[in-house]
Amino acid sequence: MQNEELKAKITELLSAATFEEGGEWLNINVEPADWLPLAQQLRNDASLYFDYLFCLTCIDWKTHLTMVYHLSSTKHRHNIVIKSKLDRNKPEIQTVSQVWKTAEFHEREVYEMFGVNFLNHPDLRLLILPDGWEGKNPLRKDFEDPINMIKL
Amino acid sequence: MPIRKAPLNGYNIVRMTAQKNTTKDFPGQIHETPGGGIVLSKLDDVINWARSNSLWPLTFATSCCGIEYMSVAGAKYDFSRFGFEVARATPRQADVIIIAGTIVNKMAPVLKRLYDQMADPKYVIAMGACAISGGPFFYNTYSVVKGADHVIPVDVYVAGCPPRPEALMHALITLQQKIKSGLTREQIRTAKD
Repeated sequence: MQNEELKAKITELLSAATFEEGGEWLNINVEPADWLPLAQQLRNDASLYFDYLFCLTCIDWKTHLTMVYHLSSTKHRHNIVIKSKLDRNKPEIQTVSQVWKTAEFHEREVYEMFGVNFLNHPDLRLLILPDGWEGKNPLRKDFEDPINMIKL
Repeated sequence: MPIRKAPLNGYNIVRMTAQKNTTKDFPGQIHETPGGGIVLSKLDDVINWARSNSLWPLTFATSCCGIEYMSVAGAKYDFSRFGFEVARATPRQADVIIIAGTIVNKMAPVLKRLYDQMADPKYVIAMGACAISGGPFFYNTYSVVKGADHVIPVDVYVAGCPPRPEALMHALITLQQKIKSGLTREQIRTAKD
């Protein structure tokens, strides 16, 4: 499907979705509460069939956090980007690890680096960071580490 | 070491020249006598000479410097020519560790352990900005060791990000000179001045 068709189809599924165009891929902004039901539809709808979550990450904008999900369909060969704004003080979003298995460890990484709480995640604990890093979130812009970090 | 006298035909002139170059680097005097020769030298010098010409590096690279390291090992630069014969995949068979890349806090204990597992005498080359000081990751990072010499002692530093193969080659030859002279790098410098 082309971006225009994807846009029409996703508007059908979720009328509250807003779009950003101009890039190669269609960007879709959704509310955190709408994400899980939309994810299931994107994955299961025969004409969309986004069976591959190839990137899951987070951005710290200082005012808020943004979750970013890159989806691809190995069958239809189309890609989209889903973005969802989170409250920086209480970042919470539903896990999609039961929709795309790969999200399980990607979400663990976002959890340790940004402190996003993935609701109903089966095993939310540190992924790469060693013990003792719980709750420190080193990729947050305001992270300070007086021992290891040298300020510019 | 017996020196064989070669007749002066074309082929053997070349052979003699090659042999001359080898003996030029040899730390001692060779007195030719009929039917053989006598070598005069100090045992320490001979040991250092042998060591410096057989330095097998460890297969160890943590970032992009590893690509240049591989390039030096490859056919174009070929560090085998200088006695760095072949990279060994176990520290127990390696003489020199080339720290080719960033050392992060999680990697530091691994690096220390690899170094400890190497048999004496062992040498360390810090290759590139990351291994020297943390390089581009010096500021604002929670994860990078600001120089591999915080973890293990370093014999030769080679600047660059990453250094060109020639630069690593120079570092390797510098290490050889250091071993041959039996002095530390600082002592070599003072002696030159």
